[in-house]
Amino acid sequence: MADLSVNICGVEFKNPIIPASGVFGYGREYEEFYPLSRLGGIATKGTTGTKRTGNIAPRIAETPAGMLNSVGLQNPGIDHFIAKELPNLLTKDTVILANIAGSTPEECAEVAAKLDSTDVHMIELNISCPNVKQGGAAFGTSCTMAEQVTAAVRKATSKPLVVKLSPNVTSITDIAKAVEAAGADAVSLINTLLGMRIDIKTRRPILHNNVGGLSGPAIFPVAVRMVWQVANAVNIPIIGMGGVTTGEDAIELMEAGASAVQVGMACFTDPFAPVKIIGEMNDFLDAHGISAVRDIVGTVQPW
Amino acid sequence: MKYTQGCYPIVEKKLIAQDTVSITLRCPEVAAAAQPGQFVHILPKGYGLRRPISIAGIDPEAGTLRLVFAIRGKGTKELAGLNEGEYMDMIAPLGHGFTLKNDAQHVVLVGGGIGVPPMLPLAKFYGTKATAISGFRSFQQVILQEDLEALGAQTICCTEDGTAGAVKGFVTTPLEQLLSEGVDAVYACGPMPMLRAVADVCMRTGTYCEVSLEERMACGVGACLGCACRTRDEKGEEQFVHVCKNGPVFKAEEVQW
Ligand SMILES: Cc1cc2nc3c(=O)[nH]c(=O)nc-3n(C[C@H](O)[C@H](O)[C@H](O)COP(=O)(O)OP(=O)(O)OC[C@H]3O[C@@H](n4cnc5c(N)ncnc54)[C@H](O)[C@@H]3O)c2cc1C
Ligand SMILES: Cc1cc2nc3c(=O)[nH]c(=O)nc-3n(C[C@H](O)[C@H](O)[C@H](O)COP(=O)(O)O)c2cc1C
Ligand code: FES
Repeated sequence: MADLSVNICGVEFKNPIIPASGVFGYGREYEEFYPLSRLGGIATKGTTGTKRTGNIAPRIAETPAGMLNSVGLQNPGIDHFIAKELPNLLTKDTVILANIAGSTPEECAEVAAKLDSTDVHMIELNISCPNVKQGGAAFGTSCTMAEQVTAAVRKATSKPLVVKLSPNVTSITDIAKAVEAAGADAVSLINTLLGMRIDIKTRRPILHNNVGGLSGPAIFPVAVRMVWQVANAVNIPIIGMGGVTTGEDAIELMEAGASAVQVGMACFTDPFAPVKIIGEMNDFLDAHGISAVRDIVGTVQPW
Repeated sequence: MKYTQGCYPIVEKKLIAQDTVSITLRCPEVAAAAQPGQFVHILPKGYGLRRPISIAGIDPEAGTLRLVFAIRGKGTKELAGLNEGEYMDMIAPLGHGFTLKNDAQHVVLVGGGIGVPPMLPLAKFYGTKATAISGFRSFQQVILQEDLEALGAQTICCTEDGTAGAVKGFVTTPLEQLLSEGVDAVYACGPMPMLRAVADVCMRTGTYCEVSLEERMACGVGACLGCACRTRDEKGEEQFVHVCKNGPVFKAEEVQW
């Protein structure tokens, strides 16, 4: 039995596997399958300042080795999250990362400030959403906007702050450096890649929103590449994700530089995916005589 | 509610119409818990997303579940290729089913095309108190009429081109006639235009009506918010609910048509 525990920004995780934001709700449904205490942590559905209804359906499209989603930021708002969901989550003996988002730096900061007075373990700031003050371009697509929103949230909270990066950029390392400089304690990546599918008979996009975020095994090599590049560019820890479906995928992402790994779409294929991945990681480490998973972080030997 | 996920053996497989298969699975724990109107979420080998399929038969004594589905795309084609003795990876039972009324004297089950299968468990519950109106495009698609009759339902089969059944045209024509004689509840599943027409007739005549909706799904359990549908609560306020968890069955008056 290998030691699977990891420590990120002073927060102790019993293992490095965390269901990703948006696929796991607030844990209530998956708790019907297995106890949440088996997970390293849980990243909750993105929460905004006030309730949002999200996009019109269809919101889901299957793609080769992946899927598109255009759920949008449907959520009940931060006050409801803190009153109704967070207290329950905090009893589950697992690390809770509250994923937050907003349309302005002020909204993100306000949400973070409200979480600051709770017992949530970490805040994960999603910067892939549109900045309404800058014509709707995502915060995460420009260094200046990424820096501004990170700095605003940094001022609002002393909780460990993880900034979740968008892969829809020319240079993810520049964005990572910008958020590190603005006070991020860690980064998580990657969010979904923008994609589109069309029903060729009706000539209508499958998603009512026309475009949506691509996730699943199809994006795994992009995730490995980006985690590796960011690991070489910043000095803060990385939480890696994007298409992880097996323990070996998780090991690969950690060798590329991730200290922990989130699991998204794989939960849909198999609700037990996160717990199976934990078991498979342990098997790999045992088979290769590695006593602690933290020893493999960033150990890739590039040519 | 506890969800179960498992791989269950196929004990019977039949082609019941062109591109339409009936599959019976041995899964005692699901058969013991399943309710009319609920669905299962099945993973075709090699795909990332599961396929939602309505429960078309529940036999707790035999420990079996029946599914009837049309081959639509790649996933259902893969599933239809499985044979007796092979296994299906399934999460079940899911969703919120039909409301069963013990005191009803006469109910109408309206199924359109591949919306007919979920009417079977209702026909089993209501026996001779049910009239089943089924609508199909043409004679090649007609399914499950003998199954409905065997459970005690009176059947009215409609085809758009008049190539089979007593009625040429849509299900709403015989439905309107039955409603004028007084009906306690109408249950419907089928294509959206049909559901809208059925809901409309029921609301006009003040008849209690429940409809089973379809939406593209990812998790199937209510976690990902992928299968949103717009409804109105009692106060008339618009809200987004989830077909997989709050549905697939909704009261017709709640749905934003
Ligand atoms: C609650 C519910 C109950 C259903 N019950 C039945 C049933 O009893 N019998 C039956 O034949 N069909 C049923 N359907 C429709 C069935 O799920 C689709 O025909 C099936 O998913 C198509 O998969 P495919 O791989 O063949 O098609 P593809 O087009 O290759 O599928 C691609 C993706 O789109 C999704 N998708 C495509 N069409 C639909 C649809 N109409 N509804 C939901 N998702 C869709 C698939 O699940 C998959 O994720 C039901 C749908 C829902 C939501
Ligand atoms: C249905 C769905 C909803 C998502 N919602 C959010 C969200 O609210 N906030 C966020 O930061 N990421 C969200 N994501 C992105 C995931 O957290 C993750 O970054 C992405 O899916 C890549 O991982 P995967 O390939 O393992 O799914 C969502 C993904 C999916 C599939
Ligand atoms: S499919 Fe995930 S919430 Fe319905």
